[in-house]
Amino acid sequence: MENAFGQPQRVIVLGGSSEIARAITKKLAAARAHTVVLAGRNEELLATAAAEAREYGATSTPTVQLDAEQPASAAATVADAFEAAGGTVDLVIIAVGLLGDQSADEVSPEATLRMMQVNFTWPVVALTEIRNRLVAQGSGRILVISSVGAIRVRRTAYLYGGAKAGLDRLCDGLADSLEGTGVTLQLLRPGAVRTRMTAGLPEVPFTTGPNEVAEYVMAGLAGGQRVIWSPPLLKYVYAILRHLPKPVWRKIMER
Amino acid sequence: MSRQRFSGWGRTNPTFASVATPTTEDEVLELLGAGPVIPRGLGRSYGDPAQVSGGIVARNEGLGGIGPISSTGVVTVGAGVSIDELLAISLPQGWFVPVTPGTRQVSLGGAIAADVHGKNHHRDGSIGDHVLEMRIVTPIGAFTISPTVVPNLFWATIGGMGLTGVITSVTLRMLRVTTDQVLVDTDRLANLDEVMAAMASGDDDYRYSVAWVDCMTKGRHMGRAILTRGDHAEVSDAENPQLRPLSGAKLTIPFDAPSGLLNPLSIRIFNELWYRVAPKHRENEAQALGTFFHPLDGVNDWNRLYGRRGFVQYQFAVSDDHADVVVRAIERLSSSGVPSFLAVLKRFGPGNHSPLSFPMAGWTLALDLPVGPSALSAVLDDLDELVLNAGGRVYLAKDARVRPDALAAMYPRLEEFLAVKRHYDPEQRLVSDLSRRLNLGGN
Repeated sequence: MENAFGQPQRVIVLGGSSEIARAITKKLAAARAHTVVLAGRNEELLATAAAEAREYGATSTPTVQLDAEQPASAAATVADAFEAAGGTVDLVIIAVGLLGDQSADEVSPEATLRMMQVNFTWPVVALTEIRNRLVAQGSGRILVISSVGAIRVRRTAYLYGGAKAGLDRLCDGLADSLEGTGVTLQLLRPGAVRTRMTAGLPEVPFTTGPNEVAEYVMAGLAGGQRVIWSPPLLKYVYAILRHLPKPVWRKIMER
Repeated sequence: MSRQRFSGWGRTNPTFASVATPTTEDEVLELLGAGPVIPRGLGRSYGDPAQVSGGIVARNEGLGGIGPISSTGVVTVGAGVSIDELLAISLPQGWFVPVTPGTRQVSLGGAIAADVHGKNHHRDGSIGDHVLEMRIVTPIGAFTISPTVVPNLFWATIGGMGLTGVITSVTLRMLRVTTDQVLVDTDRLANLDEVMAAMASGDDDYRYSVAWVDCMTKGRHMGRAILTRGDHAEVSDAENPQLRPLSGAKLTIPFDAPSGLLNPLSIRIFNELWYRVAPKHRENEAQALGTFFHPLDGVNDWNRLYGRRGFVQYQFAVSDDHADVVVRAIERLSSSGVPSFLAVLKRFGPGNHSPLSFPMAGWTLALDLPVGPSALSAVLDDLDELVLNAGGRVYLAKDARVRPDALAAMYPRLEEFLAVKRHYDPEQRLVSDLSRRLNLGGN
């Protein structure tokens, strides 16, 4: 069970091999997490993430196969992960995501479909199954990794940002629907993070490393606020950015 | 059965469960068949021992009834009867509870499950030492248990956090009193060394003793304290000897305060005032029983002052040989900037036969800490280490965050407890969020 500081003992990480997820997993394992179920596609990366989690204190790190391009299989994957957890699940993290290659993807209907399936459809179907299971359990948290890109969708990443925007808004309503069930949902909205996914791209202001994101997540789990911004200052930056006139917005985002 | 939200007094990690209010042993047995179940009294444990996410919380308020009090003070009461309700009947007849925690709003069943102690532990032990007999319903049947009949289940149930079964009734021996007052000596002491010296040398002369320690002041006055000690007033001592029922709360906190209300500044101001208004030294002041024993019962729902995020209480015990741990714990807290409301320091007498009972001869310190400072979790993990290395332990009735491995090391007789639990609860029907968190059975 989770303790008084929002530190979980049994965790499921969907998209567990992503760098942000791995950084969070390490911190959770160092706190109280003894069981971390890692679901992902790349078995090699999953095995690395599992070894890392054990190194930081987890004692049980089962892995589960996940194919985010198959939304119809999302519920079964979630069921497998709960089965592997073997008890009350305190936290489910949805870290599934694909940044894609905007200029190539935007002219390809197939790639567009893939971007929507991985970033929106799969997570939403998974959320339904997670919701059912946690509500029956009477407790638990869901952490959904969104993006500041969901707040105002940029021309240069509108497939990714648009899918995340859909997920982000949907989660707001889903979180409200969980009132009075013992289950809570928190959204993580990170700014740019230095990862494989962003390697080679020019660094923008407020870029952080995965470890910093994980720090803000730990504080957010303890605090319990609906939205965890990383870094927290972006909350105020985006309060302004989202209302800028279009020409100004485009000008800033072109840089 | 409808779902309800349950949390401990610290309001930190709420979960939802079905709720039932059994009134007979058969009904309890039936519930245990449906499991997972945990009994709950008045919810005064600070953490998660009286809640079970997704299971059934069996409220004990339906297990009532107060029997006649014998000429030797022996009484049988339902496990759902509170100390407040018992005193309302017994005090006018000249009987006081042998042990009371800082609130009367605890059920007898809950008090025994936590093996509560009071200001007289150094003299009279904990509540379990005054229980003559109990009825308990376990998943394999109902039993009458005592220190001589099924003693292993009896002692595992005392301090067993409700995990051995549902206590339905309790027979205990009360304490004879002739007035409703306590004669109190008060001392204001300038630092922790002074207060610990005064308690070590003088507590044996008093039935009741407790010190309120200021953990926010650093330097020369670190751990300054108000020490109050006393005993029941005899008829000849009291100006107006009577046995009146105790008065109830005068004030209610109607809503959750903002989470930052109790912050380092406000706590420092409160502690300063608390210290200043106490007399330097005063003897034989007659105080009402309620004022002396249950100061917090004056305000209903005072836990709401800590706001939505709630608070944790950290209470540990160490032997006399490791009295330095008390000093180091207060130093660690005051240097890390983690605010603590008044801390309570007490001397403990020897523990009892219960494998999970908390008290052990020496010292105990209890601290109320608002959740919020990011350093708090790590500071308390450090304190665990300090306490563990000194052979001490933390109190399950207060805990909401200890590591399972640390707890197991603090309670070397844990395996003995678990063996008894496995025997009477082979299918792990008795489960709480605490038992899940600390590997005491169920998941």
